[in-house]
Amino acid sequence: MVSAAPERIDVDVLVIGGGPAGLAAAARCAKLGLSTMIVEVGDRLGGIPLQCVHPGFGIHYFGEDLTGTEFIERLIDRVEELGVPYLTRAYVTELIYLDVDRKLARVLAPGRAIEIEAKAIIYAAGARERHVYEINIVGDRPSGIYTAGEAQAMMDLYGLMPGRKVLIVGSGDVGLIMARRFALEGAEVVGVVEIMPWPGGLTRNVVQCLQDFGIPLLLSHAVIAVKGRERVEAAIVAEVDKNLKPVPGTEREIPCDTIVIAAGLVPNTELLERLGVAMDPATAGPRVNELLETSVPGVFAAGNALAINDLVDNVAEQGELAAEGARIFIENSGIPTARWIPVARGKGIRLVVPQLVSGERRVKLLARVSKPFRRACVEIRELGIRTCRPRLMPAEMVSIEISPGSIPRDVEKLTLEVVEHG
Amino acid sequence: MGREVKRITCIVCPNGCEIEVVLESGRVVEVRGAGCRRGVEYAIEEATSPKRIVMSVVKCIDGDLPTVSVKTSRPVPKERIWDVMKVLSEVEARAPVEVGQVLVRNVLGLGIDVVATRRCRKVS
Ligand SMILES: Cc1cc2nc3c(=O)[nH]c(=O)nc-3n(C[C@H](O)[C@H](O)[C@H](O)COP(=O)(O)OP(=O)(O)OC[C@H]3O[C@@H](n4cnc5c(N)ncnc54)[C@H](O)[C@@H]3O)c2cc1C
Ligand code: SF4
Repeated sequence: MVSAAPERIDVDVLVIGGGPAGLAAAARCAKLGLSTMIVEVGDRLGGIPLQCVHPGFGIHYFGEDLTGTEFIERLIDRVEELGVPYLTRAYVTELIYLDVDRKLARVLAPGRAIEIEAKAIIYAAGARERHVYEINIVGDRPSGIYTAGEAQAMMDLYGLMPGRKVLIVGSGDVGLIMARRFALEGAEVVGVVEIMPWPGGLTRNVVQCLQDFGIPLLLSHAVIAVKGRERVEAAIVAEVDKNLKPVPGTEREIPCDTIVIAAGLVPNTELLERLGVAMDPATAGPRVNELLETSVPGVFAAGNALAINDLVDNVAEQGELAAEGARIFIENSGIPTARWIPVARGKGIRLVVPQLVSGERRVKLLARVSKPFRRACVEIRELGIRTCRPRLMPAEMVSIEISPGSIPRDVEKLTLEVVEHG
Repeated sequence: MGREVKRITCIVCPNGCEIEVVLESGRVVEVRGAGCRRGVEYAIEEATSPKRIVMSVVKCIDGDLPTVSVKTSRPVPKERIWDVMKVLSEVEARAPVEVGQVLVRNVLGLGIDVVATRRCRKVS
């Protein structure tokens, strides 16, 4: 039973979520001399990388290609060496804004109810996976349908095989990596179905996860129905037209006992939304300024809760930036800035973070393009700053830096757009 | 063996050049389509002796999780990947296991170790 009077804890900074964003944030807060606490709902600190046994983590952040597990163990070590207190199996159920210097978080832990009062909050609760009902697949609900994260946790935390004949839906990096994971464990991967005409993941992963194992990639295809009562028996797939609508007559049945949905991630923002934070429909995360502060003063967001990142390196960097933001906020009871200039999405840009910049600090904008481009640049129209690439792919975020003092006084907004040349 | 052309998508950088490696009796005689030197080296290696790091999980007894994740210390020749996986399916580690701990030394005599990539804490 939970006792009537909740325990009270006071800290400078409360970090919600013990994944890469939260751990990097907490370590930086501790180094900055702020009293900090991490609240994590899982059994262990770590978040998603704890179940990622493949490499591709930390190339920029640690200068080494680590597996997700190695990467996160290093961050956990850092937090433990700094002695940052944390709660696991503890869930933040509500955030309350008391005043500019005080926020309250209600936390449920086994047998305990806790209220944590903090001057600043770093919200790093990651993302949730889109599930089958969100991508329009009809049919019964037999067993054998998993999200990629569920399948990954079964295999790589608990050592259980979800199935033997597997169809993957979605060709983002997560789908590609899961296809390889199943193939390596001896399952037959009958295909990866992708609704778009191009693969969602990095070329590297298309080559090493699919081509290596001879796994077919069905571009411009969708799963339209699932057959099977108790257990999945087959998926019905069809080609899709330019408007992503199934083309009649192209349906075919692909026998399988397991369907893995890797249809993308959505920032976990429920607590922020209930707090009244302004959201950005493009990222499905909160609108933030260059220190990753949301529209609620002193509440910061980092990692996949802010916007879906493809690289954990950026996630960890965001955690550290939010920690810097929290320090500045606590010292000044706010972020001292003359004005906030909005960053608008122009042609070819699907999303950009942060959405507000001051021009007073160095800022790295991270953007995602809406479709593949060849020989193109991402440009800030008003400043003429650009980042050019022989290939711009939606799977890879592009960064573009604004140095302090480079935004002229008369500029009231910045527009990020794709400029093609040749 | 005769003449053979292998198509390789370079993964060294995001350009993703489509490279063709022309082999005669197994020897490289020409490399086409690479955007740079690093791509040429990669394509030759891929065409003649492709290798991959193998990663998986093995059982962990008395641990806080029933598995510990592992990888090979160096890339394994592609044709030996399945043999390595077979060995891994029979490995049982015992908690505590630390990151970097060698769980199989010199697997299959390849001169490559299998090391833990996640901690497995002992629970009693
Ligand atoms: C299959 C897969 C493969 C990937 N491969 C790569 C790769 O090769 N290279 C790479 O760089 N990146 C990769 N990534 C991306 C990387 O894992 C993410 O970018 C990173 O984990 C995001 O970190 P995060 O801290 O924002 O979120 P998470 O890792 O999701 O952590 C969020 C944490 O918050 C906790 N939490 C949520 N809500 C609450 C609450 N209310 N109260 C308390 N705690 C809460 C969760 O339990 C979780 O532990 C991959 C991701 C997946 C899914
Ligand atoms: S060949 Fe060179 S330029 Fe082309 S993808 Fe490979 S590394 Fe990049």
